Amino acid sequence: MSAPNKSYDPVQVTTLNAEEVDRARDAALASIAAAADLETLKRVRLDHAGDRSPLALANREIGALPPAARAEAGKRVGSARRAVSDALAARQGELEQARDEQVLVEEAVDVTLPWDRSPRGARHPLTTIQERVADLFVAMGYEVVEGPEVEAEWFNFDALNLGPDHPARSMQDTFWVGSPDAGLVLRTQTSPVQIRTMMRRDPPIYVIAPGRVFRTDELDATHTPVFSQVEGLVVDEGITMAHLRGTLTHFATEMFGADVVTRMRPSYFPFTEPSAEMDLRCWVCHGESVGNPERPCRTCSSEGWIEWGGCGMVNPRVLTACGVDPERYSGFAFGMGLERTLMSRYGAEDMRDMVEGDVRFALPFGMEL
Amino acid sequence: MRVPLSWLREHADLPPDATGHEVATRLVAAGLEVETVDQPGHDIAGPVVVGRVLSFEEEQHANGKTIRWCSVETGEGDPRGIVCGALNFAVGDLVVVALPGATLPGGFAITARKTYGHVSDGMICSARELELGEDHTGILVLDTGHAEVGADAVALLGLRDEVLDIAVTPDRGYCLSIRGVAREAATAYDVAFHDPADVALPESGDGGRQGRIEDPTAADRLVLRSVSRLDPQARTPLWMQRRLTHCGMRPVALAVDVTNYVMLELGQPLHAFDARRFDGDVVVRRAAPGETLETLDHVRRELHPEDIVIADGRGPVGLAGTMGGTATEIDAQSTDLVIEAAHFSPAGVARMSRRHKLASEASRRFERGVDPALPPAASARAVQLLQELGGVTYGGSTEVDLPRPDVTISYPVDRAERTAGMPIGPDTVVAHLQAVGAVLDRPAGGVLTVRPPSWRPDLLQPADLDEEVIRLVGYESIPTALPSAPVGRGFTAEQRARRRIGQALAAAGYVEAPCYPFVGTEVLDLLGIGEGDPRRHALRLANPLSEEEPFLRTSLLPGLLLALRRNDRRGMHDVGLFEVGNVYLPADGSSEVPRPSVGGRPSDDELAALDAALPDQPWHVAVVAAGLREPAGWWGPGRPVSWADAVEAARVVARAAGVELDIGHGAEAPWHPGRCAELRRQGAVVGHAGELHPSAAARLGLPAGTVAMELDLSSLLEHPGDPLQAPRVSTFPVATQDVALVVDAHVPAGEVEAALRAGAGGLLESVHLFDVYRGEQVGEGQASLAYTLRFRAPDRTLTVEEVSAARAEAVAEAGRRTGAVQRG
Repeated sequence: MSAPNKSYDPVQVTTLNAEEVDRARDAALASIAAAADLETLKRVRLDHAGDRSPLALANREIGALPPAARAEAGKRVGSARRAVSDALAARQGELEQARDEQVLVEEAVDVTLPWDRSPRGARHPLTTIQERVADLFVAMGYEVVEGPEVEAEWFNFDALNLGPDHPARSMQDTFWVGSPDAGLVLRTQTSPVQIRTMMRRDPPIYVIAPGRVFRTDELDATHTPVFSQVEGLVVDEGITMAHLRGTLTHFATEMFGADVVTRMRPSYFPFTEPSAEMDLRCWVCHGESVGNPERPCRTCSSEGWIEWGGCGMVNPRVLTACGVDPERYSGFAFGMGLERTLMSRYGAEDMRDMVEGDVRFALPFGMEL
Repeated sequence: MRVPLSWLREHADLPPDATGHEVATRLVAAGLEVETVDQPGHDIAGPVVVGRVLSFEEEQHANGKTIRWCSVETGEGDPRGIVCGALNFAVGDLVVVALPGATLPGGFAITARKTYGHVSDGMICSARELELGEDHTGILVLDTGHAEVGADAVALLGLRDEVLDIAVTPDRGYCLSIRGVAREAATAYDVAFHDPADVALPESGDGGRQGRIEDPTAADRLVLRSVSRLDPQARTPLWMQRRLTHCGMRPVALAVDVTNYVMLELGQPLHAFDARRFDGDVVVRRAAPGETLETLDHVRRELHPEDIVIADGRGPVGLAGTMGGTATEIDAQSTDLVIEAAHFSPAGVARMSRRHKLASEASRRFERGVDPALPPAASARAVQLLQELGGVTYGGSTEVDLPRPDVTISYPVDRAERTAGMPIGPDTVVAHLQAVGAVLDRPAGGVLTVRPPSWRPDLLQPADLDEEVIRLVGYESIPTALPSAPVGRGFTAEQRARRRIGQALAAAGYVEAPCYPFVGTEVLDLLGIGEGDPRRHALRLANPLSEEEPFLRTSLLPGLLLALRRNDRRGMHDVGLFEVGNVYLPADGSSEVPRPSVGGRPSDDELAALDAALPDQPWHVAVVAAGLREPAGWWGPGRPVSWADAVEAARVVARAAGVELDIGHGAEAPWHPGRCAELRRQGAVVGHAGELHPSAAARLGLPAGTVAMELDLSSLLEHPGDPLQAPRVSTFPVATQDVALVVDAHVPAGEVEAALRAGAGGLLESVHLFDVYRGEQVGEGQASLAYTLRFRAPDRTLTVEEVSAARAEAVAEAGRRTGAVQRG
């Protein structure tokens, strides 16, 4: 650094000449703009903003100017240096951003590479559909009750108004446990849970009982000896068939969507009177196969409807057998097939797929329905 | 019950344009389950006409076959030349001719074709070819006088019909007849019904066979009508054959066909005995001990003292209402018959049918309840048909008619409304009950006195009448409403735990596979589960689907391992499965399963005895896995499933259940004796986990290294842990100390860790085993276990001295309990 000028120095003054300052500034700005990377910019900074740069030198000369000229020269040089340093900062920012972006580009991977290292699991859709049904009814205030699968014949038949000689008893192809007269069966329906519930609880009763039931059908595409039902039972004052229909309609809508078409028709079960069967409009042919041999439907056997389950008003005899006063209370009960529900909702076609434990069937269903 | 629409129309004035499907829809709405509407004859197309055989020449052919080259007049132009293989006709006979261009049932297209040296210009049809019956022994010869040459044979013979196949529910026995279905159809369409049971009863005559009911609980009505001089040449007319065939019965011979026809028409099973083979009076009684009977299916049956039999002077000749016997069977030579029409006990017939595993058209009807008013009319109808068709002479009748209980029901006229939840109105109620056939008194006060019709033995209580009224109003008009349930308590703790466990195992990569509960001994043998093992003590089914698998499972593993094998064999080698399900453990000793009355609630003692007779059926959870637990990939090799995954699966279950498991060494089939963990909860063994015994896996055809875990979930959930005390989170710094201990290699790591925990005291935050080393540096038979201990105090920063002291205590306790020595 030189000492302040004591005397006028015309040579040095040329460096502060306005044109020179502008030229130095323009040269600096041009170099900055041309710097293609941070390394070059570092050199440009040294050349044009470093201690030995023309503008730094010029700045240093200002003190040597006569006082009258200092202000103007100061302003000129200052403005040039600011322009350079602003340009440097801006360019520095640009180049750093470009460098960072380049790093990200270089670090890029193929995110479509598989990383399926943790095994995938799933719950069986028959389990999750049971849970969905349970959730639906629990949300309405019902409780979930359970009963044994190996059941006393008395609960499975007698208490349900199926006496020893009842024709319906032989209709149900029952697995007998031990000897046929030992009084034990694999339950053929979830209905014995109704009886157990009424024995244990006083009305009002609002329960559902999902579970496995058993009949001596050989396994094929449409039959399985082990299948799932969900039983519903309501016993309260003033319960009517309108309540039954409303409840099942709500159930159907929740399970199959608002466009489901249901049909309630008279039927027969010993433990309900009046009794009804609830059918669903065939989800494959929508009834168009009926009377139309050109377009047969395998799903509904060209009947147009699929049986979903049985229902009705609890037979007063059953209420009596459970110690419930049929003069004061009435109730409804229903038992719907969950395999049918699954077939309907998801187009499952073959019962064997549901029971063989092949992981390819359950996996797509994941954790919940 | 198969119901030809043409027959139905004879008794219900249905709209002429109503199709089978439309009638079916109405009947379904009324409560009859119409399963299908068949259309016999609808696949007959083109010209099928009545022809007359003008002449024929019989030709013997080289293949040994004799044919007739016939000239047949078919009503248009010149006679046609037709080759016929049958010989049962004569010149001048009327026959059915399918002309070229016609199609017969089964898509059998008729063309003019060259055969046996002639061009056969059509085909003369047999009954079977027209689906009129099974007869294919010759061609069908029509009765002269009934048909015109050239007439459309399809219309003439009524070949085209619609047949409703109805699955009759047990309460509607009356619909096992044209009469019953026609009544329902007439009601459904609100048109006139013509009761086929309105038959003029013949004079009783004087030559009637005597009948006797010895046990009034076996039958309460017996009508016998005798006929004689049946023309042995008389054949069952085609229209009757066609109806029997359409109803699914096989035409046999006139007398039998008539009894079957009347049964279909009216619902009353009849039996015709050969009068000359029947010795003395017709007796209805229970079988005597030691009696036997050969039934028409040629089975000799030992009779049970509760069996209801028809007997003659020599002994039983038929199982009442179920099946006749061979001794009094009518045959082609029978000319004198006794027609028996009775009303047998429904329960008696049901038991007999079940006892002898003999279900017949008759027993099906009797066990559902036959109209007790029918025997006189039905037997008269049979006589009438036999007179018309078989030229019999009526010889008279006898009847035994015992009193039957009278059913009257007091029925509040607003009851159906209250049951249905919609307005119906008293006049509608009365009208519908009358349509059903009930007789009513309608006194003031709104309570009807209802006497159900004789054909409805199922109508016994007011609720039964509710159904009648509401079904005729139409279930489809019932409104929808939701009952308001009281506030519920949601799921039980156990239900929630089971759901969490399923979710946790699925999240851990296992696929749920609910298996059948049926097992055989073979799989237990293969798994090496020995004779004395309690899992061998299983309930047996009386009627298993397969004799190979007659038992109910006591463990989930057999089913799950077989499912694993199925997956493996189908190419899914890296698989983990789980099941949450019941097992069935026989109760000790065989206690009698009680059967309380259903007239009211059984006593608590009776209910307790019922439950005590049931087997214990705890919930179990099991996991099996084979192949790679983590697959190989571009990242590197895969990781085979190991015993540790099975143990970890048990921990997953325990965590989801919110309980702690203690793990020790176990030795249990079917596991590898050195790789089996015993799972304990509060000291009790609740399961096992580990790698399968290599021999068991090999015998069962499972991949080597297959692992399994099974837990008794019910025991696991039985005792919930102590209520949790929420932790206070310390914000003071942690102090970490590593320690390496050398122990005998047989010392379980679990015991070392337990000792460290016990010794370290309350300041210990966690113990983590980060290395296990076995090798030269620690000496043979020794192992080095390296742990990180973390200490922290709730209220201060620990000093070096405190931490060192705690660590020293931990090491000392490990030394005391396991002989561990700190590694130098």
